[in-house]
Amino acid sequence: MTKNSDGSVTSAFPMPAIHRRDLLALGAGGLLAASGVGSARAQTKPAPPPPAKPTGQVVVGLSQEPTAFNPLMPGIEVDETVWMQIFNTLWVADPQGNLIPDLAVEIPSEANGGISEGGLAWKVKLRDGVTWHDGTPFTAEDVKYTLELIVAPGFKSRTRVGHALVKDIKVTGPREISWRMEKAYAPYLALLSNTYIVPKHILEKAADPNTAPFNGAPVGTGPFKWGTRTPGDNIQLVANEKFHGKGPYLERAVLKYVPDRTALYAQFRTGQVDLIIGTGIPANFYAEAVKLPGRKVVKIPSASLEILMPNLEHPVLKEKAVRQALYASINKQAIIDIIYYGLHIPTESFAPQESWAYNPNLPKQTYDLALANKILDDAGWKRSGSGTRMKNGVPLEFAVSTTTGAALREQCQQLMMQDWAQVGVKMTINNMPAAVIWGEFYTRSKFDSLIVGTAFRTVIDPDPAHRFGSDAIPAKSGAGANQMQWQNAEADKLMKAGQETFDQAKRKEIYFKLQELVREELPILPIYQYAPVEGYKEGLIGYEPNVNARQNTWNMGSWYWAR
Amino acid sequence: MSGFLLQRLMQAILLLFIVSMIGFAILHLAPGGPMSQFAEGGDMTQADLDRIAEQLGLNRPLPVQYAEWLWRMLSGDWGRSYRDQQPVLHIIAGHLGPTLELMVSSTLLAMLIGAWIGIIGAVKRYSLFDSIATIGTMIALSIPTFWFGLVVIYVFSVGLGWLPSGNRFTIGDGSFLNRLHHLVGPCIVLALVSTAVWSRYMRSSMLDVINQDFVRTARAKGVPERRILMTHVLRNALLPMITITGLHVPSLLSGALVTETVFTWPGMGRLFLDSISYRDYPVVMGILMFTAVMVLLGSLLADLLYGVADPRIARSGR
Repeated sequence: MTKNSDGSVTSAFPMPAIHRRDLLALGAGGLLAASGVGSARAQTKPAPPPPAKPTGQVVVGLSQEPTAFNPLMPGIEVDETVWMQIFNTLWVADPQGNLIPDLAVEIPSEANGGISEGGLAWKVKLRDGVTWHDGTPFTAEDVKYTLELIVAPGFKSRTRVGHALVKDIKVTGPREISWRMEKAYAPYLALLSNTYIVPKHILEKAADPNTAPFNGAPVGTGPFKWGTRTPGDNIQLVANEKFHGKGPYLERAVLKYVPDRTALYAQFRTGQVDLIIGTGIPANFYAEAVKLPGRKVVKIPSASLEILMPNLEHPVLKEKAVRQALYASINKQAIIDIIYYGLHIPTESFAPQESWAYNPNLPKQTYDLALANKILDDAGWKRSGSGTRMKNGVPLEFAVSTTTGAALREQCQQLMMQDWAQVGVKMTINNMPAAVIWGEFYTRSKFDSLIVGTAFRTVIDPDPAHRFGSDAIPAKSGAGANQMQWQNAEADKLMKAGQETFDQAKRKEIYFKLQELVREELPILPIYQYAPVEGYKEGLIGYEPNVNARQNTWNMGSWYWAR
Repeated sequence: MSGFLLQRLMQAILLLFIVSMIGFAILHLAPGGPMSQFAEGGDMTQADLDRIAEQLGLNRPLPVQYAEWLWRMLSGDWGRSYRDQQPVLHIIAGHLGPTLELMVSSTLLAMLIGAWIGIIGAVKRYSLFDSIATIGTMIALSIPTFWFGLVVIYVFSVGLGWLPSGNRFTIGDGSFLNRLHHLVGPCIVLALVSTAVWSRYMRSSMLDVINQDFVRTARAKGVPERRILMTHVLRNALLPMITITGLHVPSLLSGALVTETVFTWPGMGRLFLDSISYRDYPVVMGILMFTAVMVLLGSLLADLLYGVADPRIARSGR
């Protein structure tokens, strides 16, 4: 099964047909109005107060199955749906991007002395009165154990980015912990907002933390406790009445796995699931879904971008002029309006538009075939008899790959192929199943170019060093995820500076410059920023989309039903 | 008899060994791998991916990986899933119940209806009923299960609201009636195709026997038609059906890939599909070996039952 968030499941499901011309007639503006973007937050009537004790249940529909329950071990986004309920992090990011203390009492900063010596010394004060689900008090020892376990040699930790810089962790009191960083690294604050703290008293007793029974029945400090799991079907979580924060107000939370997105939407329609999050409602059902009685359907912000990723070592694509001509001849608006039902948001940047580091002043791409032709003519690409341009005996030809069966992306490829043929570029299609394409073909840069939905930041921090750094090219034995193989000394310098300063104003300036550079050099050709569609039953209070959370169950502890 | 069993057992072990080797090789040589699911999002660096691949033992030569897998398998350890770190046998066991529930009920339904259609069709050959049944069978066999499943959901769940649109039971309920209610939809879908298959088998098997000399003789001796049908024809016509049933056992346990996906049924078919798409090698190999054992057991069972049903075979000294 391909797990694309591009509405690839278009089956023969005999739902009332949605005609794209209707959508086009309605226009993007009309769709925006109909969608009620942000209406999840703008409740017109004042919400009734939450119940005095946890009441009722919510069934969350997911099109992927959460299977990894140790939050430090390899997992995908959907696994975080569970981690967010069972565990806590030191701080969390709210929809505006502010860090809100959770297990910590304050966010360490240079101003409050939590971060000193130019970012090398860190000190975190922890919250009192937090207990693990088994009743054991939470202490600084748990935080120390967590940070040490992540980098422990035999432990299968998900990522050691940032954590590998942490040295000399010291518990300076039951509620205080300090450590030193090998170098100043500002994104670590953001990384910690996604580092769930695990219980030392349970995991240290396990012979091997990789196979501890804990990994199948986790114990945390979060608003919900582990209940039961029916593999391949659902996970039931129960309220933790001793939770240190707001709520929980629901007695039970059910995370229900429905593998087929059309079937999931049908279950949302018939009321078997209370809300759909994650990959969301397929784009082709959006127009119908907004009209469903008793349901609220919202376009939500997402930090993921749909891009064309060129391989910059490709003999043709390595030339900047070629990339600029290709970019000028992508009909973005047609892709978004006609193929994606007007849902997504065109973008020029690698940063999500909700980020404080987003640069809104980047030159806007316009679909201009004449310009593309001119760029290629000027760069010396001459049309041959077949219509395909040539330069020094090399034809302007390359393949675009994406996941097989991603129907909307396949349509996108066809549109690009037509447009590029008009400017003398020969594009071929080379699609593969998900497990194949995202293997070494992607990670070791064996592609010509790819259509991929991905993000260029470090959790919520704008730092994209692991995606754009010259030392982050896996195909050149780098350790990052720079599959484009982009090498740019100025970008390296900017990214290094961005990591080293904690001053947001200075960082903003740095990332603005970096975005201008990326827009000019086009190591990636941004198409749009995702705006997936999620839906929930009317009467559910507290659901709030958060572009800075991996899943919109980030605040499920404070959800309840209006009775 | 024991000699026959021993011989079959030796054959089975050899076959299982070959199946495991081919399965392991194909699975691991196919491009892509379990790391793919982590790579697309761009959060994990190559250093992380390489380290995890190393820790999972994916970087070692294939024969070494196979030898280690085989050795552990022989000592009863089927390995652990890459996805949820649970023991493979535990995972398979967890998905067997739902699959058995769905497959046994739909197969029983299909067999009963299919046999009935087949018998009537054979007895009243070329009648209106037979013609309608034949056309119906062809249509049923040609309908894609995926599409039909969605039609059932659309008509009976979304449209009429009679049936739930999927799942095995309502979370928080799970009573017998609730489970039965949820079983109806997927059961209809699965039974449709297999009813068609069973009715064809039954019809041709009946026709084979109905034209035999001994039936004519019985009729000439004045045996009542009903008794000829029940004792002489049906009993003999059921013999080939036993083989088919035996061969059908593995599919009872391996589940229905498509129907389980459409109806959100947490069975073996879905487990297999999910495990394949995540390249969860230990689970895929586990299911492969489990299914192979079931195929061998099924055909052995069919052979044994054949002997029971037909004394001539039992006496032939196999």
